[in-house]
Amino acid sequence: MPTEFTPLASLLGGALIGLSAVILLATNGRVAGISGIVSRLLPPDADRSGLTQGLWFVVGLLIAAPLYKLTTGTPPEQVISGNYPLLIIAGLLVGFGSVLGNGCTSGHGVCGISRGSVRSITATVTFMLTAGISVYILRHVVGG
Amino acid sequence: MRSFYALLSGLIFGIGLVISGMANPAKVQNFLDIFGTWDPSLAFVMAGAIAVTALGYARVLKRPHPLAHTMFHMPTKTDLDPRLLSGSAIFGIGWGLSGFCPGPAITSLSLLAPGTVVFVVAMIIGMWAAKLFGQTRATQLPA
Repeated sequence: MPTEFTPLASLLGGALIGLSAVILLATNGRVAGISGIVSRLLPPDADRSGLTQGLWFVVGLLIAAPLYKLTTGTPPEQVISGNYPLLIIAGLLVGFGSVLGNGCTSGHGVCGISRGSVRSITATVTFMLTAGISVYILRHVVGG
Repeated sequence: MRSFYALLSGLIFGIGLVISGMANPAKVQNFLDIFGTWDPSLAFVMAGAIAVTALGYARVLKRPHPLAHTMFHMPTKTDLDPRLLSGSAIFGIGWGLSGFCPGPAITSLSLLAPGTVVFVVAMIIGMWAAKLFGQTRATQLPA
């Protein structure tokens, strides 16, 4: 299904994500990697010192979409697969892989690349590549 | 104050994701679908985010410590170990199959679409499994 190309909104939204990352580092000294923030809330060895901060960051994420809906009157546009087995497999892979690889699109893709980390650049190239191949297989080989 | 800053940062992050269109898995998958219904928007999100973060980080890291903490918590690893590569490869497969990565998935959770809820529950189980796996490996292989 095609989606509209939105260069300005996407650039602006991206700049806000960057602003968020800068605020978190300037105040609490933390990197805004979502897989790291969420996984540190989980057992075993949940990070007690950063638990409250992590929870509040997640609360911020959770109120963003309803707040957007309230101010603009329209909910954010979403087209989500109805294939639940596929979503379960994808969820397991995203959760497992991002923790094993120490980061996801935000931690490696935004924060890591911004500080010139070779690990993060390598990680980002790797996940972009496997994601592209997966979409190709899903849409053009299996899905047709 | 740390809680307030974390809340503020999370909120701005979420708003940024929603405005950029990245809360829509179809838009993310279309970026990855170069040979199909390609939508280059995600590249603009990354460009905007990296430009602001790179400039901001460079300025912030010149300070002796952050505003509300005694030290910066920066990643310290520098080696390209198998875990980084295999983890990133596995993450990418799931990201491509669903169009969801952790940030947009958690942000979308409050919109309560059944697919999002299913995805987030599986993602949290996956994270927990990776932490268990990491612990087992750490005890088996003394550092």
